[in-house]
Amino acid sequence: MTSESAHNPAQRPPRTNALMLFFHHLGSPPWFYAFAGKCVPVLWILFAVLTVTGLYLGLFKAPPDYLQGESFRIMYIHVPAAWMSMMIYAGMAVMGFIALVWRIRMMEVLAMCSAPVGAAFTLAALISGSLWGKPTWGTYWVWDARLTSELVLLFLYLGVMALYSAYDDQRKGARAACLLAVVGLVNLPIIHYSVKWWNTLHQDASIGLSGSSIHPSMLWPLLIMAIATKCFYLANLLTRARVMLLEQDGRKGWVRDALAGVRG
Amino acid sequence: MLRRDLLLAYRRRSELLYPLFFLLVVVSLFPLGIGPSPDLLARIAPGVVWIAALLATVISLDNLFRADFEDGSLEQFILSGQSLGSIALAKIVAHWLVTGLPLVILSPLVALWMQLPAPAMGAMVASLALATPILSFVGAIGVGLTISLRRGGQLLSLLIFPLYVPVLIIATGAIMAAADSLPYGGFLGLLLAGLILSVTLAPLATAAALRISLS
Repeated sequence: MTSESAHNPAQRPPRTNALMLFFHHLGSPPWFYAFAGKCVPVLWILFAVLTVTGLYLGLFKAPPDYLQGESFRIMYIHVPAAWMSMMIYAGMAVMGFIALVWRIRMMEVLAMCSAPVGAAFTLAALISGSLWGKPTWGTYWVWDARLTSELVLLFLYLGVMALYSAYDDQRKGARAACLLAVVGLVNLPIIHYSVKWWNTLHQDASIGLSGSSIHPSMLWPLLIMAIATKCFYLANLLTRARVMLLEQDGRKGWVRDALAGVRG
Repeated sequence: MLRRDLLLAYRRRSELLYPLFFLLVVVSLFPLGIGPSPDLLARIAPGVVWIAALLATVISLDNLFRADFEDGSLEQFILSGQSLGSIALAKIVAHWLVTGLPLVILSPLVALWMQLPAPAMGAMVASLALATPILSFVGAIGVGLTISLRRGGQLLSLLIFPLYVPVLIIATGAIMAAADSLPYGGFLGLLLAGLILSVTLAPLATAAALRISLS
């Protein structure tokens, strides 16, 4: 965001402020392609540095949990992945809504590129969660409220991706999938609360984390990892969006120019 | 619009029976697969009846816009200048009257098969009456999204089953509470709230979905 003034051409209209201009620019594929190309390496480096730091602090420096022993360390993968799975869905639905209402093509592209990343995070959260469940709860799977809503979330992601890929016309598929994502977002709180309530009806005690507060030496690596996963998401998203733009606009002039720059 | 759809359905009476047969066949598979023990059947009855109702609704959903899509009437509706949302509303109501309502009427028979305790019968009929329209309304969005696809029907179930989760949970909760002689008014209230929400929002979303599909 700080570098926006550097990209603004000198002939910008006097009545538009720089931030608005920046957003307008982002709607144009060639400009977005160039801008994302500058962001991606920075984000990947940030992601690598943060992940190495976070994992080092989490896996080697943080003391073992007094109840769960060493196995709690899986939290440093599991919890950020679970956070991201929900955040990406919300982001995807908001972008889908913008794409449908204002018909901005970049938003369609970004929303559709979010879906596979979000689904991957959901799957990672589910797998790491069940691996964590084995030593702590003694079983790989419990029909616990959180697990179940995470599973339903995975199904929603898969639905969006399946709908998108079912259409031959990419833009039509993207718009249909955006609408489905918005419908899913309206439904998601209802699903979450009904599942939570269903679980408490059938089961007396819900299984949660052992302690109510986390010691700072354990918390900091978690927060670092949470930021690292966000960098991963953004970097992955922008990389995917650039490729998708190249695919969709393959015959347009700006793509030829951009690729000529790479080759030349 | 509603009259036209009901008339069309009346002209093809035999197709109306498919969802009903489907419900009966699916439900009768459970005792065959699990064993005829009355205690066990009574315990799983709410879930079985509801899952069968879900499946029966989904197989009938494809008819909702299929004929109109294939003969081009759907495009005419869009061009007609009438609000597409109210057309969708009328079509969904007609769909429920010819598929959902018979399920509700048939359900006591199915409950007898499944040895559902007598006090739960009222709750089951009430929950089906309140919530099968939700299934039609939410399902219509999915149909709108998949109508122009060749294999839309298979995709449809993947898209809408996750959205049906709350309905299934709350409706079976009501029947189970009634079977234990507990008050179940709250569950029905939740279903009613869901019904109102889906009646107001789903036709709009369906209209948007149809516009995308036919663009």
